[in-house]
Amino acid sequence: MIRTFSYVDVMYLVAAARWTLALTSTAFVGSALLGFLFAIARISPIAPLRWLVAALVYIVQGTPLLVWLFMIFFGLPLVGVSVNPWLAAAVAFSVYGSAFLGEIWRGALVSIAKTQWEAGASLGLSTFQQLRYVIVPQSIRIAIPPTVGFLVQLIKNTSLAATIGLVELTREGQLTAAGTYKPFAVYITVASIYFVLCFPLTQWSRSLERKFDGAR
Amino acid sequence: MALVEVQRISKSYGALQVLTDVSLDVAKGEVVALIGRSGSGKSTLLRCINGLEPIQAGAIRIDGVQVNDPTTNLRKLRQEVGIVFQSFNLFPHLSVSDNITLAPRVVKNQPPEAARELAREVLRRVGLEDKLDAFPAQLSGGQQQRVAIARSLAMRPKVMLFDEVTSALDPELTGEVLKVLESVAREGMTMILVTHEMGFARRFGSRAVFMHEGRIHEEGRAAAMLAEPKTLELQTFLNAVLH
Ligand SMILES: Nc1ncnc2c1ncn2[C@@H]1O[C@H](COP(=O)(O)OP(=O)(O)OP(=O)(O)O)[C@@H](O)[C@H]1O
Ligand SMILES: [Mg+2]
Repeated sequence: MIRTFSYVDVMYLVAAARWTLALTSTAFVGSALLGFLFAIARISPIAPLRWLVAALVYIVQGTPLLVWLFMIFFGLPLVGVSVNPWLAAAVAFSVYGSAFLGEIWRGALVSIAKTQWEAGASLGLSTFQQLRYVIVPQSIRIAIPPTVGFLVQLIKNTSLAATIGLVELTREGQLTAAGTYKPFAVYITVASIYFVLCFPLTQWSRSLERKFDGAR
Repeated sequence: MALVEVQRISKSYGALQVLTDVSLDVAKGEVVALIGRSGSGKSTLLRCINGLEPIQAGAIRIDGVQVNDPTTNLRKLRQEVGIVFQSFNLFPHLSVSDNITLAPRVVKNQPPEAARELAREVLRRVGLEDKLDAFPAQLSGGQQQRVAIARSLAMRPKVMLFDEVTSALDPELTGEVLKVLESVAREGMTMILVTHEMGFARRFGSRAVFMHEGRIHEEGRAAAMLAEPKTLELQTFLNAVLH
């Protein structure tokens, strides 16, 4: 039986957006942890480590996220590892995001002058202390705007998880559209919810960029 | 035994030989002025002394501890060897106080209040006690360089290296930094300073060392050597900088 697209459906969509946010948060934390390690590895003095991580980053950046998602969700069960959609999406998005965040953060770290490392070293700071007290605090201001930009991309990209059956905002939209035969109204609602999530972040990122440009 | 012993060191960047067979002993309390043309290897020599640059031959010892020995704890050694750079290299995200107390706190584990007291003391020595909570960007070049000197003093080093610390400054700011250097020298600090300030080298240098093409070309008592250069190269150099 065909329902009408009502206020209740809109509420269901808004409720499903929670899962979009949950997946985004999980993926962001995963990307951040892995990405930070990648960034450090990419500036480490150990050449093989740099090459290894660089290769990894290039591979991930040169392949579609959707393929990673399918590989993990449909591929792993074939070798005996069962994965639920949540885990598959969390892993795929984290790996994917880490390659991008890692590069953003590496760029921020190397943008700090070598003389700052030297000033720290000359005072007897260890390499870790130079990073912790001198380099990272200065890189953060540079890294924040592109990191927020990445977060916005991530929110939108989580819609790909709909393809493996994870019921987040887009998947809920598909289900509602199928039930109501009002795809246009439904997807406009879905798009609006994404917009409401992303727009403030975009604006925030812009204002941070302006602020840091002005401060320099 | 000399406090700083540089024994027949050689240093190259790839195929470019920058220091050749350089030997230099600096006794406790001595002030050595390092002079020479651009590219003669003065900065490189200083950077080798605190282990920022590796050397290919020879040995460097600070108070008996060998710098170019893989088993030496370079971090510990660098606490004894202060270096002040031409471009100040203050930490722009930290206040003057934090610039000075960072290393005492995290390297020497001093409690914050003691470190801040120390910052006050060294700032007093460079005449900037009122700038304790300013940020580097709010200071003039001369003030920033004095903070950099204070930051180095706060580690209570045995020897201090100064690499053209007045070269990036407007002439009217040079004087205030030289005054600080003079008072540090008078307090008995062992200093090696690369400088183009010949007047300063003559008055405060117990010794002058002239570097030419990566070698020590001439050295002697500062006043005498600068008044009566023996080699043609030093004469040419002095004529160029004095006129
Ligand atoms: N990191 C580096 N890589 C390659 N060559 C270098 C490097 N640093 C310095 N050099 C070269 O080493 C030589 C000596 O440089 P150095 O900076 O020690 O000279 P300097 O006497 O301090 O000159 P200046 O008065 O211009 O500061 C120069 O030929 C310089 O080009
Ligand atoms: Mg130099």
